[in-house]
Order: sequence, then C-alpha cells, then structure tokens
Amino acid sequence: MPITTIVSENIKSEVKNLNFYYGDVHALKNINLPIERRKVTALIGPSGCGKTTFLRCFNRMHDLYPHNRYEGEIILYPDGINIISPEIDPIEIRMQISMVFQKPNPFPKSIYENVAYGLRVRGINKSQILDEKVEKSLRGAALWDEVKDRLHDLAFELSGGQQQRLCIARALATDPRILLFDEPTSALDPTATSKIEELIVELKDEVTIIIVTHNMQQAARVSDSTAFMYLGELIEFDRTDKIFTNPANRLTEEYITGRFG
Amino acid sequence: MAIFDEELMKLKEKVLKMGALVETAMKDAVTSLVERSSELARKVIENDHKVNALDVEIDEECIRLLAIRQPRAGDLRFITTAMKITTDIERMGDLAEDIAERAVELNEEPILKPYIDIPRMAEIAQGMTRDALDAFVRKDKKLAMDVIMRDDEVDLLNVQVFNEVLLFMIRDPHTVSRATRITYVSKYIERIADHATNIAEMVIYLVEGKIIRHTLPSENK
Amino acid sequence: MQDLKKRIRYNKLWNSLFLIVGFLSTMVGLILLCALMIDLAMDGAPRLSYKFLTSFPSRFPDEAGILSAWVGSFLLLLVTALAAIPLGVAAGIYLEEYGKKNWLTDIIEINIANLAGVPSIVYGLLALGLFVYFLKLGESILTGGLTLALLILPMVIMATRESIRAIPNSIREASYALGATKWQTVQWHIIPYSTGGILTGIIIGLSRAIGETAPIITVGALTFIAFLPSPPLTPEFPFVSFKWLMDPFTVMPIQMFNWVSRPQKEFQLNAAAAGIILMMMTLLMNGLAIYIRYRFRKKIKW
Repeated sequence: MPITTIVSENIKSEVKNLNFYYGDVHALKNINLPIERRKVTALIGPSGCGKTTFLRCFNRMHDLYPHNRYEGEIILYPDGINIISPEIDPIEIRMQISMVFQKPNPFPKSIYENVAYGLRVRGINKSQILDEKVEKSLRGAALWDEVKDRLHDLAFELSGGQQQRLCIARALATDPRILLFDEPTSALDPTATSKIEELIVELKDEVTIIIVTHNMQQAARVSDSTAFMYLGELIEFDRTDKIFTNPANRLTEEYITGRFG
Repeated sequence: MAIFDEELMKLKEKVLKMGALVETAMKDAVTSLVERSSELARKVIENDHKVNALDVEIDEECIRLLAIRQPRAGDLRFITTAMKITTDIERMGDLAEDIAERAVELNEEPILKPYIDIPRMAEIAQGMTRDALDAFVRKDKKLAMDVIMRDDEVDLLNVQVFNEVLLFMIRDPHTVSRATRITYVSKYIERIADHATNIAEMVIYLVEGKIIRHTLPSENK
Repeated sequence: MQDLKKRIRYNKLWNSLFLIVGFLSTMVGLILLCALMIDLAMDGAPRLSYKFLTSFPSRFPDEAGILSAWVGSFLLLLVTALAAIPLGVAAGIYLEEYGKKNWLTDIIEINIANLAGVPSIVYGLLALGLFVYFLKLGESILTGGLTLALLILPMVIMATRESIRAIPNSIREASYALGATKWQTVQWHIIPYSTGGILTGIIIGLSRAIGETAPIITVGALTFIAFLPSPPLTPEFPFVSFKWLMDPFTVMPIQMFNWVSRPQKEFQLNAAAAGIILMMMTLLMNGLAIYIRYRFRKKIKW
C-alpha cells in the first residue's frame, strides 16, 4: 500500500508483518507500519476492523487473557527490542508504554493516589518525590488548577471529562515513551472532548501518541498521520491531510466519505 | 447519507443549469450581432441577473454543505470545485452580456464586414463550455484535457480578428469605432474560452486531487 | 377514547389487586414474626438480669444463668472466625484472580455452592470422624470452632468471589497497564475494594454459626457445663495459654434446648430469656454487617 517516506531517525516504533490470533481467529493480518516519534498517529476504521486489537499489542494487554498469539515484530527504538517477543516481560513493556482507556476508569481512591499508583508500583514511595510528580502529571493533563485544593478527594467526585484527564495524568506520571489512547472521548460530551483533543495536541511535543478513534473528524483534528484499517488489514497509511483530501485507495475514500460502515 | 447524496445531485444540477444559461446567453449574444437583432441583445442583457442569482444560490448551498456535512476527500473536492467553477461561469455570463452590449452599439452602424471568425470562435468557445461542464459532472479527465487543448485555437482566431480589423482601421479612420468594438467582442469570446479552460483545470483537480492550475501543459501527463 | 378508558381501568384493576395481595403477604410474615418476638419477650424479659448473665446453669431455675453458654458461644465464634476467614478469603481470591478458567474450576465452583447447602448435621458427622477421632482433638472448643468453620467456609468463599467479581475489569486493566504485577493489583485494588463485601459475607456467616446446634452436639458439646474454659491469660510465663482450646464447652442454643426439655415451666422462661439474648446477638451482628456495607458502598460506586 502507498506509504509516504518518513525519515528514519524520526521513527519511534516500527510494526513488521504483525499477525495476531484470538484462538483460531486471525484478527490482524500482516500489518506493516511506522510510528513517528513525537507525533500523533491515528487508527481509524469501521467497528471490528481490528484497530483496538492492534493498539493493545503495543502494551501486551492481550497477554492478560488466554489463547492469544502474536506473530511478527513491533520494534521499539532506539533500543531495537521487539515488544511482542515472548522473551520480553510484558510488565517491562507496560512500564514504558501507557494506555488511556475508552471509558474513564479511575481507581476508587483519592485523586492523588490515582496518579501516584504507577509510581508506587515502581517502588517510589517518598512523599516529596510523589508530590512533585503528581503535580507535574496533573499539570501535564491540564487538570492541576481544578483539583489542586482537593487532591485527597475521591476521584469519583470529578466529572466525566475530569476523570478522563485524571486517567491521562495517571498514564503520564510514569514518563511513558509511547502513550496509547483507545477511543478516549467516546464517552464524553463535546466540551470535554475538545479539551482532551487540545491536550493530545499539546502532549505530542513530549511523547509519541497512537490514538484509536471511530470519530473521523477527531482523527482529522489531532493526528499527523492516519492509518485506515478494515477487516484486520491495513488498507492505507499516509499523512492525515492527504487521507482526508485525496486518499489513494477506493475503500478508504468510501469510509472517509461515510459511504459504508 | 442518502440526504447528502441528494444534495450533491441537486448541486450538480444547479451548476449545469447555470452553465446552460450562460451557453444560451453567449449563443444569443453572438447571434444578435450576426443577425443584427438588438432586441435579442437586450434580452441577453436582461437575463444576466438570473446567472448572478444562481451564483449566489450555489455559493450559499456550498457553504451550508461544508458546515453541516463536513465533507471529506472526494466530496470535499467536489464542493470546493463547484464554488470555484461558478465564479468562472458567472464571469462568462458577464462577458456574454458585454458582447450583447457591443452588439447593440454595432447594430446602430452599418456592418463593417461579414462576421466569419467571430461566430467560429463563439462556436468553439460554446463547445468548450459545454464539454467542460460535462467533464465536471462526469468527472471525465480526458474530456477536460481536450477542452484545455482547444483554447489555443480560440487564441489564434482572436489574433486573426485583431489583425484583420487593424487593417480596416489603418485604411479608413471612420471605421475605428466599429473596429474597436469588434476587437472587444473577440476579446470577450477569447476570455470566455479562458474561463472554460479554468473550469477544465478544476475538473482535473477534482479527479486527481492535484492542483494543475498555473502549470504548463508539458508538466502534466 | 371510551374503549381506551375502559382498558386503562381494567389494567389498573389488576394493579390494585396485586398491591393488596402483596401487602397482605408482607403483613402475614411481619405479623407472625412480631407475634413470636412479643411472646418471647413477654416470657423471658422478667428473667433478664445481671445475675442471669453471670450465673452458671443449675438444677434450680431461679439460680440458673447463661454464663458458660455465652462465653462458649463467643469463644467458639472466635475460633470459627480465625479459621474460616483466612482460608475462605485466600481461596476466594485464588479462584477468582489466579485460577485458570476451565472445566476444572467450573466444577470447583459448583461444588462450593453445593457445600453451602449441605445439612449442618452432616458437617457434624464429618467433624466427629475427622477432628475428634482421627486428629484426636477431643470434644473441645477447637473441634467445635473448626466444625463451624467448615460449615461457613463455602459462604465466605462465595462472598469473597462475588465481591471480587463486582470489581469491573476496567480497573484491573488500568492497574496492569501501569506495569503492576498480579499480586500488586490484588494487594492494592482487589482486596481493598472487595473488603466491604467480604466482611459482610463473614458476618452473615458468623451470625448463622452462632445459632447452629446440630453439628455442635454431634462433636460433643455438653449440655450441662457449670464451669468456664481455662483462662487465656495466666499469671506465670508465657502469660498466654491455649489450653482453653481443648476444654469442653457449651453454647447458647444448646443451653436453650436443654432448658426447654425440662418439665418445669420456669426453665421454659429461662429458655425464652436466653432466646432474647441470642436474638440480640444475632441482630447486632447483622446490623454491623449492614453498617459496614453502607460505609463501603459510599466510597465505592461501580
């Protein structure tokens, strides 16, 4: 498929011949894709096309459930390690690659403890360090001003949009190398959605982002490159503006103009 | 989505209707000159407002569709092309009106010489207009490129008319007012052909997604 | 429009009908319960006194008290709790979080549910063979406690599993996605969030155990005990004694049964008074369970 050339030192990760099986079901078929460093790559496609399955390969979430099998490679640069190699411990990967989920899922703990959890898992317990990092992460998620006076209130008392930003802060606290977003705004109202989109565009200066969305306008608004998937295959991958003004593949054009799905 | 497809269909029809109005205007304007019918000329001048009204209508519809349907890819290119094309068509209508005005003036004086090249030019320009709009509706790249080719012919004829009429002016100063007006008419038709070429170039953008305006023909396939 | 009105009236008629039937059904149960309790109270209340609570049973109804009975019940529950809770909770956590979901674990789940329905006297027989004869633990508090622990173990396991299942999977995924191990997730999330449900389940289990008679009799609780088990604290080193575990004992329901079987009417009144005490203990425990559930539910809303 047509892939624009992207300069190689700007690649954070490269997907090579990725195949994925849920039991006998061949869910992802031969995916090849570069992920650019400090840019936003969007994955779009109709329901069931495999975009979330693909996203969850990056942080080995499939390892949590039985009968899943990866084939191929997802190389992480600059180390050059293969994320999905059975010899690599998934916990090691998840400590470097964070995820924000579709429905905001803060822990039923305080706001502070939510953000601090990822750090505690790494054995960081000194309150001074935690305080600093919690503040930094909450600032990074554009939430600090709204919660700085009530860090020890329960996370559930926040609104939906704030809860999702809290989840983003939680994911940022561990200084991830790649940040994965799985339809982060599909459960939120338009105002909350646009706040988070703004946030994503800001965040990409610091961290490489991959976002799955079924809202095409969102992909157009926030991403630099877009990959269109269908039935487990990568149909087209290119710069976002090209995909949305003049896609090369007929299937992509049909999906983008809303004529199927 | 069906609603949107219907709206796109209606938009196409409006553009074609505008094109038809302008084709008729151009034909009638030249006829009013050749057959020396100022009545026909005045009719052309009166009807120009219809063209302008359609231009506004189509622009407003395009803007509404952009806001509400948020079109992408092919649909986006189609709507933005439609907006640009109507500008050209509206200018063509004005030029036809100008031809009619010159016709009224020329009809008050005896005919300078039989009109041969001008109707010839007009025929080509009309054909170019019709084909350019057909190409738009059918997204026919080949037809569009063909239209672009024919522009040279019109340019040549324009030069021919100018040279011919120049001779008249040199030989007999009393012919100057008629001669000048004839060069205007020729210029107007040449400009109409240019606008038809613009439309054809827009069609190629529509089909290819590549803007070829302001490039030389040799640079394109 | 008239037809519509008729139809509405007809529908509403059935509505009112059920309202009446439902109300009457509720009232029947409520009224019977109240009648029983009032009867109990009227018989037993006069006998309640400090002396009643601190005297041993005796041949003379006026002298008889429930000291050995409620101390026995208390110590028994202590042993039951200490045995059932760690085992039940750990088993529940293991089955929910660590066990692979296959046909074997399905069978285990079905069996645990079945065990909860086994008649308590069967547990008594099992305990007799296992604890009293095989392990030679004798007819002691330890045996009684372990027997009841076995009885309520399925309840504790099921309560643990239900509470854990109530935790949405998105919370687990969030924890794992941050690089946590399974144990870290269990330690920081699973256990804290399910504590409310687990505690409730434990207390309900214990409040059932407090009223069990058949298995206790089977393992040899005595019906006439005029002494207390050995004290847990001793004046000499090591200052803590576990001898009380091996002492004979009795419990409240057995004491009540004993008194009810006597011909003298005064003993019936004693039984009623003991019944009131037992009911209060049960209501207290259930009230505690409800309170705990309420407190935890405020913090955790799924």
